Amino acid sequence: MNFPVLSAITFVPLLISLIVLIIPKSKENLIRWSATILSLIPLALAIYVYFVVQADPGTMQFKEEYSWIPSLDVYYRMGADGLSAIMLVLTALLSTLCLYYSIYTIKDRVKEYYFLFLLLQVGMSGVFVSLDFIFFYVFWEIGLVPMYLLIGVWGGKRRIYASIKFFLYTLAGSMAMLLAIIAVYLETGTFDILKAAAAQPFAGNLTFAAVAFWAFFIGFAIKVPIFPFHTWLPDAHTEAPTTGSVILAGVLLKLGAYGLIRIVLPMFPEQFAYYSYEVPIIPILAVISIVYGALVCMAQWDLKRLIAYSSVSHMGYVTLGISAAAASLHVPGAGTEQAITSAIIGLNGASLQLFTHGIITGGLFFLVGMIYDRAHTRQIKDFGGLGAKMPYYYGIMMVTGFASLGLPGLAGFWSELFVFRGTFAAIPVFAMIGILGLVFTAAYILWKVIQHVFLGEFDQEKWDAVTHNAKITDMATFEKVTMWPLVILMVLIGLYPSLVTRLLNAVSTAMISNF
Amino acid sequence: MQIFLFLLPQLILFLSVVLVFGIDLMGSKEKKWLPYLALTGAVISLGISLYQYGWMEIEEITVLGGMIAMDSFSHFFQIFASLVAVFITLLSMAYMKVKSPYQGEYYSFILLGSFAISLLALSSDLVMIFIAFELLSISSYILTGFFRYDPKSSEASIKYFLYGSLASAMMLYGMSLLYGATASTNLVEIAKVLANIDPSLNWIVYPAIVLMLVGFGFKTATAPFHQWSPDAYEGAPTPVTAFLAVGSIGAGFAILIRVMITALPAFQLNWGALITGLSIISMTLGNLVAISQKNIKRMLAYSGIAHAGYILIGLVSWESGLLGTVFDGLSGILVYLLVYLAANLGAFAVVTAIDHKTGSNQIEDYAGLIKRSPLLAGTMVVFLLSLIGIPGTGGFVGKLLVFGSALRAEYYFLALVAIINSVIAGFYYLNVIRYMFFQPLDEPSGEKIQLPGSLSVVLVVTCVFTLLMGIIAQPFIHFVQTSLKLVLS
Repeated sequence: MNFPVLSAITFVPLLISLIVLIIPKSKENLIRWSATILSLIPLALAIYVYFVVQADPGTMQFKEEYSWIPSLDVYYRMGADGLSAIMLVLTALLSTLCLYYSIYTIKDRVKEYYFLFLLLQVGMSGVFVSLDFIFFYVFWEIGLVPMYLLIGVWGGKRRIYASIKFFLYTLAGSMAMLLAIIAVYLETGTFDILKAAAAQPFAGNLTFAAVAFWAFFIGFAIKVPIFPFHTWLPDAHTEAPTTGSVILAGVLLKLGAYGLIRIVLPMFPEQFAYYSYEVPIIPILAVISIVYGALVCMAQWDLKRLIAYSSVSHMGYVTLGISAAAASLHVPGAGTEQAITSAIIGLNGASLQLFTHGIITGGLFFLVGMIYDRAHTRQIKDFGGLGAKMPYYYGIMMVTGFASLGLPGLAGFWSELFVFRGTFAAIPVFAMIGILGLVFTAAYILWKVIQHVFLGEFDQEKWDAVTHNAKITDMATFEKVTMWPLVILMVLIGLYPSLVTRLLNAVSTAMISNF
Repeated sequence: MQIFLFLLPQLILFLSVVLVFGIDLMGSKEKKWLPYLALTGAVISLGISLYQYGWMEIEEITVLGGMIAMDSFSHFFQIFASLVAVFITLLSMAYMKVKSPYQGEYYSFILLGSFAISLLALSSDLVMIFIAFELLSISSYILTGFFRYDPKSSEASIKYFLYGSLASAMMLYGMSLLYGATASTNLVEIAKVLANIDPSLNWIVYPAIVLMLVGFGFKTATAPFHQWSPDAYEGAPTPVTAFLAVGSIGAGFAILIRVMITALPAFQLNWGALITGLSIISMTLGNLVAISQKNIKRMLAYSGIAHAGYILIGLVSWESGLLGTVFDGLSGILVYLLVYLAANLGAFAVVTAIDHKTGSNQIEDYAGLIKRSPLLAGTMVVFLLSLIGIPGTGGFVGKLLVFGSALRAEYYFLALVAIINSVIAGFYYLNVIRYMFFQPLDEPSGEKIQLPGSLSVVLVVTCVFTLLMGIIAQPFIHFVQTSLKLVLS
């Protein structure tokens, strides 16, 4: 099996973007449909990788390695394990859905839009399969520019402010990371992510290790985002076009968390454990993200901003899960089977949350986009009683909302369960505080999203006044087609989480048992 | 014979100067083909220097009585100068045809300036350095004030001239002090004497270093010797601005590096400390002031000051034993110069095209450029991203090498300042992108912009190079490392 499937997944979107570039501007429909249909190729390949990748022993497969810049020891290194495979599926799936959804919703500057979107996909997929620091960094940054332009050109009212804030925050984080990457290279003599991790850079020099650890951590934390680095997120998510928000919440945030799992945890386990257990800065930030994020959601009256803050809260679970796994290295009784098992469960929860949050919040942003396209307002107070007028939409929103608040039987439940199971064993105080977040989440989903928007009497006069006599129609076919794959996945994973955890568990086990 | 071949690219440049100037004097008829003659000379010079690069046996020796260094470092700048000549000529063709009747003078001074750039990089003697330095400066003054009926152009030229004379004088004073301390004007001889110098003579060498740094700082537009640059950039004809921003600054770095590593390695601790300070001031001041600029030429001037600061990091981190290895500071500098050449020339090509069409250099007049000319807007994005240092463009490789050299040499503070500055720089480059893409066109003047052929060539070539240096960096890094194999010492 020598077909470079990972390269294909990464670079086929680039090829498609070039195809889009040569189609004349006036043939908008051709651009739209060819991009969408061709994007099924990376999706199919990603699904293929998902089925073929071996769960055990959780090591890198499909490896590709070519010399790229020999003078600098930079290689074109790719590889995928279960975690990468899951993330690839998520990326390709959400990208295809977004491209499809855009066929009906993007009317302006179609060619540029599709070109940039596909470029963005290259960056995202590349990050999940890179095994070389510089290569990783290249993909990490490549996604930045198209996203900046997507927000800036097709975004909402405050798009210019939001787009530049997004760009500068991320640039600041990546610059810190770049220095750390060079420092690791100078210490270990390699840009290979796996080898560098195995070499445990700066093991003898605590100050340097701490500085390098924090440089990486902050670089990734800005993207996750972890409180207090989250302030770019509400602006970017709120101002981005619907598909931009979907990709931001669904995939881009995951890049940061993926970096924490793939790079920071294996390379600096000691520092990660130290700052998770002895000096628990990381779990403190995680629970602040969870609880603060959820509380801000309670206070939001802008539906899209609410969902944006819910991402801060939900990504807090991911950070908490990872830090619980790290803390297990330093708890009394570390090394016992019990501690190792909880560490693995915590990490499983974190990585599962990446996938479930991706599909759930991706879905929520699609849904918000749909109502906004009808009403041209996102103010929760403007709505009310829509359940009777848009029953189909109401149903889909119920399922997605319940998945988001972690209702058993839907996808969100399992990841949160695993995260808290891992956290209780290692750092129980933070689990207890963090679990408040679940309560608040249930509150804002039920109270704000469900009750205020869908329940109660529908007031035609008020609707006409706030929407300037917009028509209320239930979901159109293309909207249903966009939502169904996500809903099916939420239910499937809710009923049978093993679909995903079988792969993730192997990766976590391999990673934890390496320490 | 070897010397003759080595200097052939320079001879051809000089011959073209004489030809263009001479033919222009003969007869009163306007000669429309003079620019093409200049271009031909520049292209031949480039071709020969590139050809010789792979072919000629050179040694690290000085020739012509110790005046000229015949090493690979010189070779690099021979190519650099010819590239500048070719691109600036192409950049000027459509623009100058409309703006000025004095074609012959203009092109001969562009070629003379390029000739001076390579001469400066080739010099290995203080006397030769001063001559080449003045030749470059005087050509630049004349070119800056080329639109003599435009008050801004004249003012820029006068200001540039006054600053330049002062800087040259101080540099000359420094050189004379150095001569006083070492009894030689040859860089290699100076290094030999300085290696075992009586410590009581240090008080002569220190001021000599400071005074010479003033001169080099002026040429490289490094803060705090930068005050001429925003005005000169703004007032000069746009292709001349590109010449100053790329060629003149490249030459400044060439001679700065040459003097520091050939003549003064024994004093690296001293000049290293000074240059660290200059670097920090340049980066910070350049970037902060660039934010508030409304005129794109001024913005690029301040961003050039900031880039000079980044480049200096490479010189500070220089270690003689490491030349040509990974994260050696000098290969960082040369890669950075190449990257900067491509991105900045490209950016100035865009500025020239817009100036040519609309007569404006205000950033706000770039609004809606994506609609008016997708080629201009698209390539400009690539150039700006390269200047920010986004991966996929050459700028990233340059920054990676320079910042890496700082970390390798354990100048952590310098590296930290540099990355903070890179983020600040993101802001004003993005501001231009913002105007081009996000601001709608609200004026009726927003018609399509037709590009002259020569400008399109510059745009496409520089854009391709910028991307290539980011994606397939190896040949360029290899080229630079080969260029550093033989450096006079």
